[in-house]
Amino acid sequence: MALVEIRDVHKSFQRDTQRIDVFTGLTLDIDAGSFTALMGPSGSGKSTLLNLIAGLDRPTRGVVRVGGAEVSAMTPGQLAAWRARNIGFVFQSFNLLPVLTAYQNVELPLLLTNLSGKDRDGRVRLALDVVGLSDRADHYPRQLSGGQEQRTAIARAIVADPTVMLLDEPTGQLDAKSSQEVLSLLQRLNNEFSKTIVIVTHDAHAAERAKSVLHLEKGDLIEKRQAAVAGR
Amino acid sequence: MKYLHLVLANLGRHKLRTVLTILSVALALFLFASLRSVVTTLAASAQFGGARRLVTLNATGLVFPLPLAYANRIKALPGVRGLSWANWFGGRYGDGKVFFANFAVDPESYLAMYPEIVLPPDQKDAFIHDRASAIIGKRLLSQFGWKLGQDVTLQGTIFPGDWTFTIRGVYTPTDPAIGDDVLIFHHALFDERIGRAGIAGWYIVEIDDPANAAPIAKSIDDMFRNSSSPTKTGTEREFQASFATMWGNVSFLMGTIGLAVVFAILLVTANAMMMNARERTGEVAVLKTIGFSDRLLFTLVMVEAGTMALTGAVLGLGFAKVLFKATNFNGMGFLPGFDVTTGTILLGGAVAIGLMLASGLFPALRAARLPVIQALRHVE
Repeated sequence: MALVEIRDVHKSFQRDTQRIDVFTGLTLDIDAGSFTALMGPSGSGKSTLLNLIAGLDRPTRGVVRVGGAEVSAMTPGQLAAWRARNIGFVFQSFNLLPVLTAYQNVELPLLLTNLSGKDRDGRVRLALDVVGLSDRADHYPRQLSGGQEQRTAIARAIVADPTVMLLDEPTGQLDAKSSQEVLSLLQRLNNEFSKTIVIVTHDAHAAERAKSVLHLEKGDLIEKRQAAVAGR
Repeated sequence: MKYLHLVLANLGRHKLRTVLTILSVALALFLFASLRSVVTTLAASAQFGGARRLVTLNATGLVFPLPLAYANRIKALPGVRGLSWANWFGGRYGDGKVFFANFAVDPESYLAMYPEIVLPPDQKDAFIHDRASAIIGKRLLSQFGWKLGQDVTLQGTIFPGDWTFTIRGVYTPTDPAIGDDVLIFHHALFDERIGRAGIAGWYIVEIDDPANAAPIAKSIDDMFRNSSSPTKTGTEREFQASFATMWGNVSFLMGTIGLAVVFAILLVTANAMMMNARERTGEVAVLKTIGFSDRLLFTLVMVEAGTMALTGAVLGLGFAKVLFKATNFNGMGFLPGFDVTTGTILLGGAVAIGLMLASGLFPALRAARLPVIQALRHVE
């Protein structure tokens, strides 16, 4: 069953006097519980697609639906509340708030809920435990390695139990070992916790961990195949 | 409350900048409170004056005396219940280095005329019956460590020579405009030492009904209109107000300086807030991605600005209140009853809130309105 539905989406940007068409009628489904890698060269529209699913950007035309909610029709206020409940976003450059500890960074999405302090504490500690950073809760980002920072960011993304996790080049700034740790963690989240994961990556090794791979080129979906076929 | 740690963490991001900004606000509000207190003190002293008291001066000006012989003639006027007189002395203490107000009065009538000057009955009697004595305000006692019965010598400036008085009483004013740093001594001694000149600096006239103030004042002035020393009589409040106007347009000057200072600090605070906001563009994008709404981000930035402005206000206004109280500041005697009033504190608080709105509004709006995609470019 499709959790994410992209229907005839057009997206264009204006750069100075030039109009750049990123998508011209993209249609695609992403199933619940899937682990999907989005691949393609720079400028192919991978990050733009991620932003559209997250409701961070709006299509010029067409419909984006996530979990039955029409994201592309929401107001900014509705989108913020919707994102808080449904989207876990992970950036390439971690983007933890440097003035907050790992614990406080992970707690951020829960501040937007009505959970009590005790319930928030339980969920933050569980999320940190899942990513293997229980012993780093009180560390500030500058006191963590790159891999630990990204795992903290993943804990922040899963702590509110979102409908879908979106990751934009999550291993782009990590060394090989840390990359493997992060990818293993994502696989575990998908297999054990049935998290729906969409990951943008240039890295074929990262894509190998996904269950399906989508290839985008100049805004067109040129290939969709199971990871096993993609080159495992 | 659950966002408190986020606000505090952001304020602690650049501790030195935050501290300096808070200190800037504190300094601005300290100056604001100080300057406004000068204005309110002057205004309060201009309002001082019993409704039943008139003051008669030489029509030419305060520095010109009146004959003491006028006393009986004024006293005889219908509606006049009492009369006293005083003369500015202008002596200095401590080899002429220290100044405080001092003047010669007719003790019995003067103290009867001014119930606001409170001192124990035995001290009052001792003063009235000792021509070489003086009474002092309680501030002088603590300022110089004087004791009852001690001899104190002033150096005359208008009336030369060393003038020694025995302190027989210490008064406490019930109205701060009286001042608690004044030395009062016998006019009879003054008159004798300057060679029986028979002069009074001014008369204080007690009348039976405040409604009769204008006709009685006119009667007094009419009586001496063709004499060598014509008089000018008015209510005591008008007399005090004329002193206040001697300061020129002090209120306007103080107000203008106060506003200029607050505006300058506003720019400093706004600049600090803008720098904070610019540096955190990427973080705003991250928070928006997490689901923080525009309204929440706006509120958080405003709370940050408010925390700085209100902390600075508490420090600045609190310091002004405590400092002037603790030091008993009175502007070397020119500002008796100087006090940072509750009104000034409240107005200072309002200025702080204004400062918060003015300095926080733009960065808060910027954070709220920042398109998340544009902001994310700072991230990637």
